[in-house]
Amino acid sequence: MRILPELEPRTGDPGHWRFTTVLVALALTIIAGCIMFSLLGHAPLKALHVFFIKPVSSFNGLAELGVKATPLVLCAIGLALCFRANVWNIGAEGQLTLGALAASWFAITWYESESLMLLPVMIVAGVVGGMFWAGIPALLKTRFNANEILTSLMLVYVAQLLLAYLVHGPWKDPDGFSFPESRLFPDASAVPRILPGTRLHAGALFALASVAAAWLMLGKSLPGYRIRVTGSAPSAARYAGFSANAVVWLVLLISGGLAGLAGMLEVAGPIGQLVPTISPGYGFSAIIVAFLGRLHPVGILFAGLALALSFIGGELLQIEMGLPLAVTLVFQGMLLFFLLGSDVLLNYRLVWRKGATPAGSAHD
Amino acid sequence: MTDVLIAMLITIVSAATPLLFAALGELVVEKSGVLNLGVEGMMVMGAIAGFAATTHSGSLALGVAGAAFIGALMASVFAFLVLVLMANQVASGLALTLFGIGLSALVGSSFVGTPLDGLDPVAIPGLSGLPVIGRLLFNHDVLVYLSLGMVLAVWWFLNRTRAGLILRAVGESHDSAHALGYPVVWIRFAAILFGGAMAGIAGAYLSMAYTPMWSENMSAGRGWIALALVVFATWRPLRVLVGAYLFGGVTIAQLHIQGAGIDVSSQLLSMLPYLATIVVLVIISRDGARVRLNAPASLGRIFHSSGSK
Repeated sequence: MRILPELEPRTGDPGHWRFTTVLVALALTIIAGCIMFSLLGHAPLKALHVFFIKPVSSFNGLAELGVKATPLVLCAIGLALCFRANVWNIGAEGQLTLGALAASWFAITWYESESLMLLPVMIVAGVVGGMFWAGIPALLKTRFNANEILTSLMLVYVAQLLLAYLVHGPWKDPDGFSFPESRLFPDASAVPRILPGTRLHAGALFALASVAAAWLMLGKSLPGYRIRVTGSAPSAARYAGFSANAVVWLVLLISGGLAGLAGMLEVAGPIGQLVPTISPGYGFSAIIVAFLGRLHPVGILFAGLALALSFIGGELLQIEMGLPLAVTLVFQGMLLFFLLGSDVLLNYRLVWRKGATPAGSAHD
Repeated sequence: MTDVLIAMLITIVSAATPLLFAALGELVVEKSGVLNLGVEGMMVMGAIAGFAATTHSGSLALGVAGAAFIGALMASVFAFLVLVLMANQVASGLALTLFGIGLSALVGSSFVGTPLDGLDPVAIPGLSGLPVIGRLLFNHDVLVYLSLGMVLAVWWFLNRTRAGLILRAVGESHDSAHALGYPVVWIRFAAILFGGAMAGIAGAYLSMAYTPMWSENMSAGRGWIALALVVFATWRPLRVLVGAYLFGGVTIAQLHIQGAGIDVSSQLLSMLPYLATIVVLVIISRDGARVRLNAPASLGRIFHSSGSK
C-alpha cells in the first residue's frame, strides 16, 4: 500500500503554482520560526511581532525598508540574469565591496572637494569596480574553463581582506584615533536623501530603474532572449549561433556593475565613510532574493522588500529581546530551503495512485 | 633550525587536516553524482557541535561524534531537498551554507570566549621517539591519523569494493544504474550523509584542535576551498591528500612570513589561500577535456525514476 503520492513531471505551464509556492514557503518559514523561537525560550508570537510587524509599523520603518531593499534588489537583479543564463555568480558580496572601494578612492582622495562632479564620478567608479571584480570569474570561465562558483566566491574573501587592509592601513583616517575607519566622505559625495527625516536615498530610484531595465531587457530585447535561451536550452542556443562566452561576459558584467553600484551607494549613502564591514551580507542574501522573486524583475522587487524586512527585524530582535543577529541568516536560510523544496510542485504534479506500483518504476 | 622546520611542517599538517576531511567527504558525494555546495555550512555546524558537545560532556570523543552526527543531519536536509523533492543542487547547497552559518552563530553565541582543552597529540609508542621523523609523523592528535586512514579507506572503497563500483556507476549514469536495479536515491542519500559527517568532523577539528575555541563563521571559507580541492584532485582520493597538504602549506607560509618580520600586511597575506585556490582551479580547469573525462558524468543532474526531465 502506498502512502506517499507519486511525482509526475509537469508538461504544461505551472500556472498559479508559481506564486502559490512562494506563499507556501513563507508560511512554512513562519511556522519554523515559531518553533525556533520557542526552542530558544522566547514567546514566539512576541518575537514574530518584533521581527515582522514592528519594523514596518512606522513611517521611518518603511523608509528603512527601502534603504535595506536597495542593495538587495540591485544585487539580485544582476544575479537573476546570471542564474537565468545558468551562470552561477555567487560573489555579489565581493563585487559590492570592490564597487564601494573604487568609489571610496575618489571620496578619500578629494576629501575636501565640493565639486558637483564627485558623486557622478563615484557612481561610475562603483559600477566599474564591480564589473572589474565580476570580470575576473568571467575571464577565468571563458578563457580557462574555471568554475565560476568557486572563483567568484574566493574573490569575496579577497575583496573583504582588501577592504580590511585599506581601512587598517593606507586609507585609515589620519585624525581618527587609530580606529580602522576612513575619513568621513565630503558632503559633495553624499547620495541625496529623497524623503526628509529618513535615511531613504536616491539609490532606491536606481534599484527601481534596474528592475524596469531588467524587465525590458529580458522580455523585449535580443540580448535578453539570448540569456534566456542559453540558460534553458543550451544546445538550441548553440544551434542558433549564440556565443555562450558572450553571454557569460554579459551577465557577469551587468551583475558585477549592479553589485558595485549597490556597494557605492552604501558607503556614499547611509554609511558615509569606509568601515571594516560595509554590508551585513547583502550580496549573499541577494541570492535568496533572486530565487524568492522567481528570477523575475518584478518578483525580485517584492522579494527584496521581504528580505529587507528580515534584516531590520533581526536588528530589532537583537535590541529588544537580546537575540543574536544571526537569527536573520537562519530565517533567510530556512526561507530558501522551503522555497526550493516547494519548487517541486512547479516542476512535478502530485499523483495519488491506488493499488500496486505501476510497471516501469520498480524503485521508489 | 631543524626544530623550527619540524614545527612548521607539523603546523602544515594541522592546517591541512580539516581540508582533507571535508574534501574526502565531498569527493564521495560527487562520485555519486551529487554536487553539495553546503560543505561550508556543514563544517561550521560541525565546529559548534563538536565544541558544545565537548564542553557539556567533557568528552572529546563525544565531541567528534556529535560533530559528525550534526554534519550528517545537516546533509540529510540537503539530501531530502535534492533527492526527494528534486530541488536544484546548486541553490540547495547554497541554502545549506547560509543556514549553517546563521544557525551556528545563533547556537554558538553563548560559547564565544569559552576556553576548551583541545585534542592532545598522541605519541605512537616506539616510533615517536625516532629523531626528526618521530615528531614529524608519529606525534599528532588522533584526528590527523584518522584523516590519513580515511584517505586509504575512501580509495579502497571506491576502487576495490563492489559497493564503491556501484556508487561510481550511479555517479556516471543514474539512468543506467537505475535500469540495472540499483537504488539510485538511497545510494546517493548514503553518500551525502557520509559527506556531511566528514564535513562535521572537519569542523570539529577546527574548534577542538586547530584553534580550540568557538568564534562565529570560524570555517572562514575552508569548506569552499575543500570543494576546489576535489576539482584539483580530479576526483582521486590520493590527490586530495596532496592538495590538502599543499593548501596547508600555503596557509602556514602566510603565518611564517609574518613571523619572519617581513613587512607585509597580515590582511594581504591572508588572501594567499584564496588566491591560491583560484590559481590552482585555473591550472587544472584549463584542460577542459581532462576535467570532463574525470568528472562524474551525472554530476549535478536531477534524477527522476520515471525518466529524465
